Amino acid sequence: MTHDEMTHDQTVARDGAREALLSALEPHLSPGAAGWLSEARERIAAAPEAAATALPAVGRRCGRGPLRAEGTGWDGWSVDDAARVVLLLELPCTGDALAARLTDLYRYGDAAERRGVLRALAVLDAELGDGALPLVHDALRTNDTRLVAAALGPYGGARLADHAWRQAVLKCVFVGVPLAVVDGLARRADAELARMMADYARERTAAGRDVPPDVAGFLDPPTAGTRSPESPESPDQKV
Amino acid sequence: MRIFDPHIHMSSRTTDDYERMHAAGVRALVEPAFWLGQPRTSVGSFVDYFDGLVGWEPFRAAQFGIRHHCTMALNPKEAGDPRCRPVLELLPRYLEKDGVVAVGEVGYDSMTPEEDEVFAHQLALAVDHDLPVLVHTPHRDKAAGTRRSLDVVRESGIAPERVVIDHLNEVTVGLVADSGCWMGFSIYPDTKMDEDRMVAILREHGTERMLVNSAADWGRSDPLKTRRTGEAMLAGGFTDADVDQVLWHNPVAFYGQSGRLVLDVPGEPTDSGALFAGNSVLRGGRA
Repeated sequence: MTHDEMTHDQTVARDGAREALLSALEPHLSPGAAGWLSEARERIAAAPEAAATALPAVGRRCGRGPLRAEGTGWDGWSVDDAARVVLLLELPCTGDALAARLTDLYRYGDAAERRGVLRALAVLDAELGDGALPLVHDALRTNDTRLVAAALGPYGGARLADHAWRQAVLKCVFVGVPLAVVDGLARRADAELARMMADYARERTAAGRDVPPDVAGFLDPPTAGTRSPESPESPDQKV
Repeated sequence: MRIFDPHIHMSSRTTDDYERMHAAGVRALVEPAFWLGQPRTSVGSFVDYFDGLVGWEPFRAAQFGIRHHCTMALNPKEAGDPRCRPVLELLPRYLEKDGVVAVGEVGYDSMTPEEDEVFAHQLALAVDHDLPVLVHTPHRDKAAGTRRSLDVVRESGIAPERVVIDHLNEVTVGLVADSGCWMGFSIYPDTKMDEDRMVAILREHGTERMLVNSAADWGRSDPLKTRRTGEAMLAGGFTDADVDQVLWHNPVAFYGQSGRLVLDVPGEPTDSGALFAGNSVLRGGRA
């Protein structure tokens, strides 16, 4: 990935995503917030360095509530996630230069900004190739459930190698990230992941601990789903 | 009792502390960037520390129902080390972050020319980024250090109501009261200040512009000293409203000047993050 011009398809992908996100954002933004967002987009399009000050301000400018966007593939997104992705889609670079820019924004971002960068990877997948994969690995090394969940979106789901992807799915179960957020779970789940889940269920049962319901789907015959909502057990903190 | 601890170093504390703090009424806090006991020797260690203050630590606090904010600065104890000086170039980027509600801790440790420079530079950063300032006063030669700090604040042109001068005692409180700056007190088990002396100071100087903190860190300290001060105030004849002013409204008013305080309860539906997914799961809310 060294090209510095976007292809027609890549431009179309950015435009389509931008339009859809802006229309999902519309009911959430006050006129002041909408004005700020559109101004920030112009600043970034003109000078990509402007993203370093715009991205951290998104939460206080646009809000942080849940994005109402059912059936769009943005389940679990917040308003600031969507607004950050809109801003990132303005970055006037592609390929390696885009990956370098996103890496810098992630490196010096707070947790919400890092999540925003991870959310943007799906739309930019074709432009980035594997160039942003180190960010996904970094997020999966944290124990911050917001980052782990965002790392397993469509970009990570498509590009993580098998072993890393299976470890990430198992980590979700450990830290309490619902497997519903794992993109392409049904498509990628394989016999090795099922074995890991079964071993995990055996370990929990041997310790007299309950087996998280999300593991049930991997067991044959199902023996899980024994955790009752009245007595939830804390997720493990050290994994 | 509703408590906002305006100065506590949670990175050095355990989850037991978070649980006890929540049970005692702590719902919000500010963690100032300071030194770690062990001096740092590179900018990279600061970057990782700052990342924790806007990343892992707020996440950890939220799991216990507490809102975490922070202040950022090159602290006075490390301001004289040339290996740490480049931190000043990184600060502008971090001072834009949502959870950063002031520049701090700045001020003096040994009152050297290097500390003068770094202090003045960071007061200018606070003006540029429209943030209040948390000023640490030195443990040694405190009265002289406090006077000199007030001079530097005055010269910087920053409005005094946007500055808190911290770690005050009976000798230094009067200087700061007259300056228009906020007055900060760190209530420790047996140094700096204790809760009964604090009550006497509140009786003499009133409850306005007063901030009471535990400053709990890796040294001998107690994260419940804010609560103990509230109890001592009630025993000393202050009203519930007085306690609420000192332990909640005052820190909210001071740090609220940043425009960046978030005081909703982590994990509640209004919170952005439903995305504190761990919490949703703990509540059995989301499959």
